[in-house]
Amino acid sequence: MDKTINQKAWFLVLPVFLVVAFSAVLPLMTVVNYSMQDTFGNNQFFWNGVGWFKELLDPSSDLGERFFASLWRNLFFSAVILAIEVPLGIVVALTMPRQGWQVAACLVIMALPLLIPWNVVGTIWQIFGRPDIGLLGYVLNSIGIDYNYVSNEFDAWATVIAMDVWHWTSLVALLCYAGLKSIPDAYYQAAQIDGASRWAVFTAIQLPKMHRVLLIAVLLRFMDSFMIYTEPFVVTGGGPGNSTTFISIELVKIALGQFDLGKAAALSLVYNLIVLIVCWVFYTVMTNAGADRPVKEGAA
Amino acid sequence: MARIDLVDLAHSYGGNDADPESFALKPISMTWRQGGAYALLGPSGCGKTTLLNLISGIVTPSRGKILFDGTDITPLSTQKRNIAQVFQFPVIYDTMTVGQNLAFPLKNRGVPKAEIEARVAEIARLLDLTPYLKRKATRLTADAKQKISLGRGLVRSDVAAVLFDEPLTVIDPELKWELRSKLKALHRALDLTMIYVTHDQTEALTFADTVVVMHDGRVVQSGTPAELFDKPAHTFVGYFIGSPGMNIVPAQVRGREARIDGHLIALTRGYDTLPQGATIEIGVRPEFVELTAPAPGLLTAQIERIDDLGRIRFARVKIGEVKFAARVPPGFSVGGSEAGLVFDPTRVHVYADSRLVEGTA
Repeated sequence: MDKTINQKAWFLVLPVFLVVAFSAVLPLMTVVNYSMQDTFGNNQFFWNGVGWFKELLDPSSDLGERFFASLWRNLFFSAVILAIEVPLGIVVALTMPRQGWQVAACLVIMALPLLIPWNVVGTIWQIFGRPDIGLLGYVLNSIGIDYNYVSNEFDAWATVIAMDVWHWTSLVALLCYAGLKSIPDAYYQAAQIDGASRWAVFTAIQLPKMHRVLLIAVLLRFMDSFMIYTEPFVVTGGGPGNSTTFISIELVKIALGQFDLGKAAALSLVYNLIVLIVCWVFYTVMTNAGADRPVKEGAA
Repeated sequence: MARIDLVDLAHSYGGNDADPESFALKPISMTWRQGGAYALLGPSGCGKTTLLNLISGIVTPSRGKILFDGTDITPLSTQKRNIAQVFQFPVIYDTMTVGQNLAFPLKNRGVPKAEIEARVAEIARLLDLTPYLKRKATRLTADAKQKISLGRGLVRSDVAAVLFDEPLTVIDPELKWELRSKLKALHRALDLTMIYVTHDQTEALTFADTVVVMHDGRVVQSGTPAELFDKPAHTFVGYFIGSPGMNIVPAQVRGREARIDGHLIALTRGYDTLPQGATIEIGVRPEFVELTAPAPGLLTAQIERIDDLGRIRFARVKIGEVKFAARVPPGFSVGGSEAGLVFDPTRVHVYADSRLVEGTA
């Protein structure tokens, strides 16, 4: 059979090519280009090969030390907020009403933190936590807890984590709620008939049925918390010292503070790669763990 | 295992003070004996699922009582009622194997391990699930999943009754027959009271020894399949059961004769005391009306078409404006557009306001 060959169709993808090239491919290639070179200003560049990458991955160098320190901080931060937000989100979703006007009220209230811009969230918590004028800081100090996120590392961490939990738990809760709502009533009725306890209903029905939305929630929260910048930058500025300096804050310091384009480019490429790998691992592990592939077999 | 008594049981989703005519289930009283196979048969929305959910305790009745072996269990929760129910769509616990699924109702009730294993093995054998016991239940086909649901319903030996809510809806037609006969065999093997809800008359008539026909929230007749066929207590039963359904024709009935369209049809019983002002109809199954050549003295009808069902032929005819079906005797060739109808007088029933009237001998 003869096919009509019409190369004009390429013109239809051309706009996409152009947009993607200008918005993603060219900037990425520029970063790749920078990561191989060094500059001392005056727009003069010198070839450095994989030098920056070697330095970055060598913990004994200055750059490597800063990179690994912020990487561990970032991973610890993501682990802590996932460990809090996922169980808390599930509990909130389970306690939300199933019907009536309360549903709409709950959904709106839950969605509020999600609608607030990142830097505003940061500002809210920055003021909220101040010992002199902030409600939280003032109350904590007046009941005898010595709380100051500017000078105390633990307090700074606690504030940043509390802020993230406040900002994002509702996302996990809303996703879980959607998962719970999709469970047919028959499952609960069958569990009643089977004499299942509340805990058995949770482990045998609700948790397995939420598995997919939980996967999405964990992925979204991991990626977002691994890339976190604005809120801790506004609240703590990465301090005290470097205690809340996450990778993105470090990256901005190197790129814009010190104007070390080569180092910053190498760091951002590695950063990007880590996000990709971790997401791929998460996805593969979680989809295989509860694989839901029906196997067509004569069960008769 | 128990006898189930329903005492003046009724339910309204709109609350107790709603108009009784709007009740999803109008007051009924009946007794189901231990070990029986019952079917609740009726079209969608007739209240059969409501009745089933009342018995299992998923829904609490607006009025009346349910007794298991004489004990009032109306206020008890589903868990405490000792009842098993299988739903329309398969319910399986995703994280468990087939064996764990079957064991779940027993495990929750603290049955000893050895007994659970023996019981699960027996049910798996009866349902041909033995090869799958160690497999994850999620990876099976819809009918295998429904078998697991059935198995979970049947696994407890102490239940008062096993309730089935249209359990074969999702099953392929060829497997339906198989599962239905399996259920019948299980009923014999396990000596459990089974109540089966369906809108499919074949399913009801093949499964149950007593069929309870429901219509518009009421039980219109309860009886063996033969009784429902031979003597429908309500015109609804007449045309809902049987294919084609019973012919219901308005008629004037006096004494031992009925008059349709000016023609006399002899009746074997006398009907001298029909209620005043009631709508009087006669009902006769198409099987007992024979088509012949038109002749004087016979009721004449216009032939619309002939349905050949293979073993038997039915003629769709019209008497005046009323549709009617009649059996075409073997070898009778239909000529022309008119035919005579010969009634079997012993099979003609009289209905007043849709209810069967027992004539006097």
